[in-house]
Amino acid sequence: MANKIRVATTSLAGCFGCHMSFLDIDERMLQLVEVVEFDRSPLTDIEHCTNCDIGLIEGGVCNSENVHVLREFRKNCKILVAVGACAINGGLPALRNHIPLEECLNESYIDGIGVENPKIPSDIELPLLLDQVHPIHEVVKIDYYLPGCPPSADVFWKFLTDLIEGREPSLPYELVHYD
Amino acid sequence: MRQFIQGIAENSHYQATHLLHILRQIQSHYHYIPEAAIEQLSGLLNIPRTQIISVVEFYSFFHLAPRGQYELLISDSITDHMLGKKDMLDYLTKTLGVAVGELRDDGLVSLDNTSCTGMCDQGPAGLVNGYALTRLDRSSIDKIAELINQQKPLNEWPIELFQVDDNIYKSGLLLNQQIEQGAALRSTFKRGIKETLKEIDNSGLRGRGGAGFKTAIKWQFCSEEQQTERYVVCNADEGEPGTFKDRVLLNSYADQVLEGMAVCATIIGAKQGFLYLRGEYLHLHDKLQSVLDRRRQNGLLGSNILGSGLDFDIEICLGAGAYICGEESALIESLEGKAGIPRNRPPYPVTQGYLGKPTVVNNVETFLAAASIAINGGDWFANIGTEKSKGTKILSISGDCARPGTYEYPFGVTVQTILNGCGAVDVQGIQVGGPSGVFISNQEFDRKLAFEDLATGGSFIIFNSSRNILDAVHNFTHFFAHESCGFCTPCRVGTSLLKKQIDKIVEGHGSAGDVVALEELCQLVKSYSHCGLGQTAANPILTTLERYPDLYQSRLKEISFEPGFDLDGALETARRMANRYDTGAHLSQTESEHE
Amino acid sequence: MSKTITLDGKIIPFEDGQTIMDAAMAAGVYIPHLCHQPEFTPHGSCKLCTVKVNGRNCSACTFPAMDGQDVLSETEELINDRKKITQMLFVEGNHLCPGCEKTGNCQLQAVAYHLNMLDNHFPLFYPNREVDASHADVMIDQSRCILCTLCVRASQQKDGKDVFAVSGRGINKHLIVNAQSGLLKDTDLEATDHAAHICPTGAILIKRTGYRVPIGERIYDHKEIDQVSLETEHVKHGE
Repeated sequence: MANKIRVATTSLAGCFGCHMSFLDIDERMLQLVEVVEFDRSPLTDIEHCTNCDIGLIEGGVCNSENVHVLREFRKNCKILVAVGACAINGGLPALRNHIPLEECLNESYIDGIGVENPKIPSDIELPLLLDQVHPIHEVVKIDYYLPGCPPSADVFWKFLTDLIEGREPSLPYELVHYD
Repeated sequence: MRQFIQGIAENSHYQATHLLHILRQIQSHYHYIPEAAIEQLSGLLNIPRTQIISVVEFYSFFHLAPRGQYELLISDSITDHMLGKKDMLDYLTKTLGVAVGELRDDGLVSLDNTSCTGMCDQGPAGLVNGYALTRLDRSSIDKIAELINQQKPLNEWPIELFQVDDNIYKSGLLLNQQIEQGAALRSTFKRGIKETLKEIDNSGLRGRGGAGFKTAIKWQFCSEEQQTERYVVCNADEGEPGTFKDRVLLNSYADQVLEGMAVCATIIGAKQGFLYLRGEYLHLHDKLQSVLDRRRQNGLLGSNILGSGLDFDIEICLGAGAYICGEESALIESLEGKAGIPRNRPPYPVTQGYLGKPTVVNNVETFLAAASIAINGGDWFANIGTEKSKGTKILSISGDCARPGTYEYPFGVTVQTILNGCGAVDVQGIQVGGPSGVFISNQEFDRKLAFEDLATGGSFIIFNSSRNILDAVHNFTHFFAHESCGFCTPCRVGTSLLKKQIDKIVEGHGSAGDVVALEELCQLVKSYSHCGLGQTAANPILTTLERYPDLYQSRLKEISFEPGFDLDGALETARRMANRYDTGAHLSQTESEHE
Repeated sequence: MSKTITLDGKIIPFEDGQTIMDAAMAAGVYIPHLCHQPEFTPHGSCKLCTVKVNGRNCSACTFPAMDGQDVLSETEELINDRKKITQMLFVEGNHLCPGCEKTGNCQLQAVAYHLNMLDNHFPLFYPNREVDASHADVMIDQSRCILCTLCVRASQQKDGKDVFAVSGRGINKHLIVNAQSGLLKDTDLEATDHAAHICPTGAILIKRTGYRVPIGERIYDHKEIDQVSLETEHVKHGE
């Protein structure tokens, strides 16, 4: 079917819980794929975005790769959506924000309990950590926010159906949760 | 230590209202407030230790951790910067071997910045153990470093280091002739109290702090209160950057100011007055104290003033580094020995002020004028000025002009006349009324100083065309964030957000949406803050944004969005620890650069 | 004849001595607030209850009701700005709801839900703040403190103690406790104290009571804060 709405999704510094919750729309997924085609997403294994209508981003920005991925989404998606607590405010990964990165790395790879062969991993394939975890709206412009840890399946459903049916997306009181 | 603390508490009669005074003595003696002192004071004054800690942590001049035997503070007013503060401070840190914000290893000297010390016509300025230093340059710094390293007591330092000049370049109605001691009180007694209030009313005198409430009405309201225990307070917490006229008045016209307070006390029926002197003016304290003593000896203060049967005395209370205490209800809190947090209003101080009693708080200059009016009558004053702004205004002029100093002009004077008078050429703009006032451009020099046009508490900072206005905006915005008392959300969080946002733009990381976001934030802070500080904290941005939109736009990148933090810089620690030098170990700040 | 004010076009009565907040609540009208609880002296610091009184912004919790006042509360402008003030409170601290025991019972969160706050709008501060878990029964997580001073007032006005105070200036303002060690365990706070239960957020929590009510069955999971506030924060006339 032509002119399906193209949706891409990814998880940055997140736990994929938001993706799991998205899948909880269960049989409604069948309705959704009538009108939606998935582009880059863990659901498709497509590695890079092409032109998309909607990008759903789970997780905050904790390393250089997250920045590259986020920029790719911003560049290719007409509408970019911050999905879940981590994308919106850094979430639990941001608990490390008040500990200096040097301390974090030393604890994990040098002098922490049970560390063998103490060495900071260094490989050009490995993304470098930012000194703090940032919500995605501090790195690129974000159009919509879906709070929750994770946002419930109904939140995804309400938001996407609003967009698909040409309504300004809104979440009623029952669907707004930060936990 | 126990004996020392016991002694000063005893001298303050174990009154918690004297907490600032007590803490000043402890800070000056130990160069910090030791925990043991807090414990002991808590017992002696019968207040919880938390009350003491919250006061210590509120005022800039009190510290819980040791500072140097010589505590050096350098004024951070924009005028100090215009006079070469940065070079001076660099030289100072090098010469003394101590970084800004630090205590030298030997504990001898500590160095830090402080908000405007009111020496804008003779900066760069600073404070050493609270005493004002002026015209700091390399040679005076060499001298200071030597004196510190020799551990010379301050009273053996050369007096020229502490030289503070009045720099009065233009006198008018008030500065031309000082009143004869006691003359205003004699006139008041002779004419009658009601009649004198009438004269003050006829004079049209409005408060000189900037807000411009009619003085006679304030005094009358206070005098009509049911409670008969009433207070007069002189607000000498001159903290608005660029303002220093009260320092000059208290140095050379103190008798007249104090007499104005006595006239007010007579009219409202107060027995006690306070002169709340900003901590930065410590150098004036002893002199003012001796003026008070002399006035007591001459029967102008104390009991049965001039045989009238009226009693009135004045106590000097020193602040400890908090701009917010210039706000009258915060000042009253401070007088009561508490953190200077503005009160909810109503009730207003005229009904419930110091210790909940009716209190008149007026500016130094207001009392000075009131004393003259009590002698010369209302018409004498009202004949000068404009319809809505009677009399004269004393200005503190600083920045780019030939003769920075103190000037008295009739209200209604044009900005151009003032600029001509102080020898200012090639002027780009002027900050009128300090950071909380308005920045005017060189298209507005025909405007008039008056409550109905450009209202001002006296600050007048001139910027010539070589100056970058955003530097001033940046300085002022940081000032407000530093001085916010933190009581209400919009000001506590908003002034810090303004600081972040202006930094982002000034440092060139702003993008299209950032000026809109800045303006929106300004409106929020202005409309919802609890007191005048928050309500005016966005003025430097708002008044320059209105006049120089291009200046802001020119700092913005032509992209729709840029992160507010340095992305590549945020990788530095990881890069260093992983020994990564490849291109993949870097991030561009924006995507367009990356392409 | 009784005195009245007009609140969003509705005429409501008040008694002398009442604030606009008192009058509104007595008339069953909710005005968002966090630092206010009717049983304590109003503080007026969170500014969420800002209303327009005859065109001027005032805190409803401290501003006296006066005959004939025209008060606006639920305007688009005020609702939007209340949301931004709430966002300020969120970015100033570390409010990570998924990891907080108070979630679902938290008034900060509930006000944010009420205002349909979906994001933080402002850059986050991520301040470095301490946890004090020294006390046997009560803990403090400073990351979640919004400086409402309800615990300060509850301790003084209800418990007859002086356990808490707010210290510091500006953005460095923080809660302190009354012990030489600076630790909660050395204060005279008891878990039964009013002050230990008054916190609108998860800054002060009672130990060993966590998650007794499962997430999804908590106060604001069922009811919006306006309803809860009107039902529980009764203002009795003449008090």
